[in-house]
Amino acid sequence: MSTQIPETESESEELAQSTEPEHQQRRMAEKRERRAEREAEAEADAAAYDETIHLKVFRYDPEVEGKKEPRFDDFHVPFKQGMTVLDALMQARDLFDSSLTFRHSCRQAICGSDAMFVNGKQRLCCKTQISDLSEPVRVEPLPHQEVVKDLVVDMEHFYDQMESVEPYFQTNDLPAGEEQRQTRENREKVKMSTRCIWCGACMSSCNIAAGDNEYLGPAALNKAYRFAMDEREGEDMKQHRLQIIEQEHGVWRCQTQFSCTNVCPKDIPLTEHIQELKREAVKNNLKFW
Amino acid sequence: MHEHDVIVVGAGGAGLRAAVAAHEEGADVAMVTKLHPVRSHTGAAEGGINAALREGDSWESHAYDTMKGSDFLGDAPAIETLCQTSPDEVIQLEHWGMPFSREEDGRVSQRPFGGLSFPRTTYAGAETGHHLLHTMYEQVVKRGITVYDEWYVSRLAVTDHDDPEDRTCHGVVAIDIQSGRVEGFKANNGVIIATGGPGQAFDHTTNAVSCTGDGPAMAYRAGVPLEDMEFIQFHPTTLPSTGVLISEGVRGEGGILYNANGERLMFEYGYANNDGELASRDVVARAELTEVNEGRGIEDEYVHLDMRHLGDERIIDRLENILHLAADFEGVDGLERPMPVKPGQHYAMGGIETDENGQTCISGLYAAGECACVSVHGANRLGGNALPELIVYGARAGRHAAGKDLGEAQIQTGPSAKSEDGDIGSPVPLGAVDTPDEDVAADGAAVDVETVISKAVEAENARIERLMTKDEGLQHAEIRHKLQKAMTRNVNVFRTEDGLKQALRDIREAREAYEDVYVADPSRTFNTDLIHTIETQNLIDVAETITAGALARTEFRGAHWRAEHQERKDDEWIKHTLMAWNDGSPELYYKPVILEGEEKTYEPKVRSY
Ligand SMILES: Cc1cc2nc3c(=O)[nH]c(=O)nc-3n(C[C@H](O)[C@H](O)[C@H](O)COP(=O)(O)OP(=O)(O)OC[C@H]3O[C@@H](n4cnc5c(N)ncnc54)[C@H](O)[C@@H]3O)c2cc1C
Ligand code: SF4
Ligand code: FES
Repeated sequence: MSTQIPETESESEELAQSTEPEHQQRRMAEKRERRAEREAEAEADAAAYDETIHLKVFRYDPEVEGKKEPRFDDFHVPFKQGMTVLDALMQARDLFDSSLTFRHSCRQAICGSDAMFVNGKQRLCCKTQISDLSEPVRVEPLPHQEVVKDLVVDMEHFYDQMESVEPYFQTNDLPAGEEQRQTRENREKVKMSTRCIWCGACMSSCNIAAGDNEYLGPAALNKAYRFAMDEREGEDMKQHRLQIIEQEHGVWRCQTQFSCTNVCPKDIPLTEHIQELKREAVKNNLKFW
Repeated sequence: MHEHDVIVVGAGGAGLRAAVAAHEEGADVAMVTKLHPVRSHTGAAEGGINAALREGDSWESHAYDTMKGSDFLGDAPAIETLCQTSPDEVIQLEHWGMPFSREEDGRVSQRPFGGLSFPRTTYAGAETGHHLLHTMYEQVVKRGITVYDEWYVSRLAVTDHDDPEDRTCHGVVAIDIQSGRVEGFKANNGVIIATGGPGQAFDHTTNAVSCTGDGPAMAYRAGVPLEDMEFIQFHPTTLPSTGVLISEGVRGEGGILYNANGERLMFEYGYANNDGELASRDVVARAELTEVNEGRGIEDEYVHLDMRHLGDERIIDRLENILHLAADFEGVDGLERPMPVKPGQHYAMGGIETDENGQTCISGLYAAGECACVSVHGANRLGGNALPELIVYGARAGRHAAGKDLGEAQIQTGPSAKSEDGDIGSPVPLGAVDTPDEDVAADGAAVDVETVISKAVEAENARIERLMTKDEGLQHAEIRHKLQKAMTRNVNVFRTEDGLKQALRDIREAREAYEDVYVADPSRTFNTDLIHTIETQNLIDVAETITAGALARTEFRGAHWRAEHQERKDDEWIKHTLMAWNDGSPELYYKPVILEGEEKTYEPKVRSY
C-alpha cells in the first residue's frame, strides 16, 4: 500500500534548476523531508486499519513549481463505516499533505461549499458516502469553472448570475405591525425553490451554460421562480420578474436536458421550474399582444 | 487601505442583520467574512426562532422562561430587550419575504419548544436557519452593501493604552484568502465582530469547521474580557461520525433511546422516570454518557435512537429530513435500523462581553451573535433563543455603531464592572508562553489612526512571514486534534476537578507545541493551511478560557456539571465569570448578575428536572 503524494524526484529536479534563493530551496527540501516522515507515520497508522480507500485527487497550484501542471495525486486513507468523500479528503489533507486545498464548512449539506466532480458527477462531498462509490474515487473541481487551486473553483460568475435576477423580496404593500398572509398552498408551491444552497452543481452540469456565458443558468432561474411564484409580491412585480427571465439569455435557452435536476443535492425540480416559467412567460406575452 | 464607516466581521445571521441596520442609519458599511455569506453556519439551524407574537402570549412570559432557563445567570436588561424586540424583528423577516411555515389563515406558524410556556417558536420547516440566512443576505444584496468574501480577519487594529477601557478600535487586518494579500481596513465609526461559535475547540460538535472562535480570541487578546465561557451546551443526539444534529423532534415524536443491552435506558436506569427520552438536553446527554462510561454503550461510544416503531408512514411524514441525515452522513437507514447517537458540543453561552448596545469596553468595538455574551442565555440556552438574539442584538450593534443613540446601557462592561477577584487554581501557568503577544499594535497613546492600522498590518505580515518561512516543526492539524481530544475528554458534559486540571495541562502543552508550528504549503494562493494554523491559535486561547472558567466555578448550574459540587450555590455564584488577557497573563474576576428587570425582580427558583 502506498500513501505517496507527488513524484518527489521530478519535483526536486525542477527545484534544483529554479532560480529560487538557496535558503528557500533548502527550506523546501526540509519541508519535503518532514512530510515524508509524516507520511511514513500516517502510513503506519493507516496500516492498522483493515481497509483503506483509494482517492485520486486533482491538483493544481498556479504559484508553486511542480504544481503548475495539473495532475492527479493518489491518497490511501483509512476507511471507516459512514465515511463521506469529504471525510476522506480531510483525512488526506490532515494526515498526508496539508497543502491539499478544498472548500468545506458545515459537513451537513447546507453551506453548499463542497460541490465537486466525484467519479464523473457533480456532488456535495459531505453528502456522498464512500461506500456508494466505486474505487478509485476520483475527485475533481467542478467542471466549466476556472480552477483557483486544487479543488477550489472561482464562483464569482455563479454569484453574479444569482444576483442578476434581483434576488430579494419586493413589495410596497406591507401590513403594519403584523405579518403578510400567505396561503399554505402558495408556500408549498415555492418551498422546493427556496432550498437552494448556491452550491453551483447545477450550473456546472449544464451544457448550455457551458457554451453561453451569459445564460442565467438553472440556479438563478430557480431563484427567479422562487420570487415570481410567491403570491406575497403581487402581480405587478410578477410581470417585472417575468421580464427579467425572458431576456435573451434567460429561460428560452434551456433545452430541458435535465442535467441540473439530476445533480441538485437538494432535489429541486429545476427543469420543471424553468418550464413553468416559460409557460408563465407565454401567458404573460399573450396578455399583452 | 480600505475605509468604511462600519466594518462587520462575519456574515452569519448576526453580521448580516448588523450590516443592514447600520446601512439603514446611513452608514457606509462593509462586511468582511472568511466564507461567502450564504455559507455561514446560521444556515444549519433547524428548529426555529422564539417571539411572542400571539394573543395569550407576552414578552414578559418569554422573558420569565428565558431567565428560568438561564438558571438565573442571565442579565434582566438583556433578556427583556430580547423578548420585547424579537416580535418586531420576526415580523420584519417576514416582510423581507422569509418563507415561514403557515397556518390555515395564512399567518406564520409557531410550535412548542423545550422550556417555553407558550408555543412561540416560529419556524420555516426544519430549515429555519437556512431561510433566515438567505433572506437576510438578500437584503444585503438589495442594498448594495459591500461584501469582502473569503477574506480572513486575523487581527484588530486597537490602540495600546494601558487600560483596555481607554483603548479604541480603529479597524481590522484581513487576509484575502484567494491571493494571500494582507490589508488594513479602517472603520471610521466602529467594528462589529459577528464570527459565530467556537465549536471546533471540541472534537465532536454540531458546529461547522469554520466555527473556530476567531472573534472572541481576537477581542480577548485586544483586551476585552470573555464572559461565562464555561457554559457550553451539549446536545444529546448527534451522529457519532460527524456530529451532525439529529433534531429533538425525533424524541418528541416518540423516538426511544436504547443502550447496548437493548434496555430503554432513560427509564430502566432511572435517569428521568417521568420524562424519559423527553427530559431536558443536559439530562439526556448525561444519561447517555453514563451508559457509555459504565460499559453499556455500543462500540464503547454511543447509544441507539430508535424510531422504527413509529411506522414508515409517520416517519416519512414528520421526520423525513432525519432519514436523509442518517443515510447521508452515517450510512444508516432509519426505517430499517436504529440510529447511533451521542452527545456533542452544540452552543457557547459565553463570549465577548458586551452591553445591550453591543458595545465592548474598547470604544469602537462591538460584538453580536454567538461570539458575544450580552448575557441572554446565562448558564443554559433555551432552544430557539439564539436566532432572535442574532437579529435583535445584531440590529442594535449595527445601529449604535452607525451613530444612533440607543440610550444608556444598564449592563456595565470592562474591568471597572469588576466586583471581586477570582482564583482559577490552575496547575500550570496560563496565557502567552513567553513574550506577551503583540496583538495591541500601536506604541504610545497618541498615535494617529493610520499608524495604528499600518502597525497592525505590519505585525500581521511579520507573523505570517514567520509561519511561512519556518522550515520545520509541527502542523496545525496535529495540535488541533490533540486540543480537541483534550477538551472532549475532560471539559465535556461531566467535569471533575482533576479532569479540568488535566485539560489545562493539555492546553498548555498545545500552547507550547504551537510555538513550534509551521505552514507546509508554500503558496500564497488560497492557503487554507495558513488560515487553519491561525485559527488553531484562536482555538487554544478560547479553550483555555472555557476550561479555566469551568475549574473556577465550583457549583452545578445549567449546563455546567461538577462532580465535586452537585448543587447550585446561589449565595455564592449568581455572578458572571470574566477572563481578561492582560497582556498575556489571563486574570479571572467576577461581576454581578442583574436580576432587576424593568418592572420586576426575577427571584431564583429551584430548577427541577
Ligand atoms: C446544528 C445547529 C442547529 C441550531 N438550531 C437552532 C435553532 O433551531 N434555533 C436557534 O435559535 N438556534 C439554533 N442554533 C444556534 C444558532 O444557529 C447559532 O448560534 C447562530 O446561527 C450563530 O450565528 P452567528 O451569526 O453568530 O454566526 P455564524 O452564522 O456562525 O456566522 C459566523 C460568520 O463569521 C465569519 N467569520 C468567522 N471567523 C471569521 C474571521 N476570522 N474573519 C472573517 N470572518 C469570519 C464566518 O464566515 C461567518 O460568516 C443551532 C446551531 C446549530 C449548530
Ligand atoms: S439549484 Fe441545486 S444544484 Fe443548483 S445551486 Fe441550488 S442547490 Fe446547488
Ligand atoms: S460542507 Fe457544507 S455543504 Fe458540504
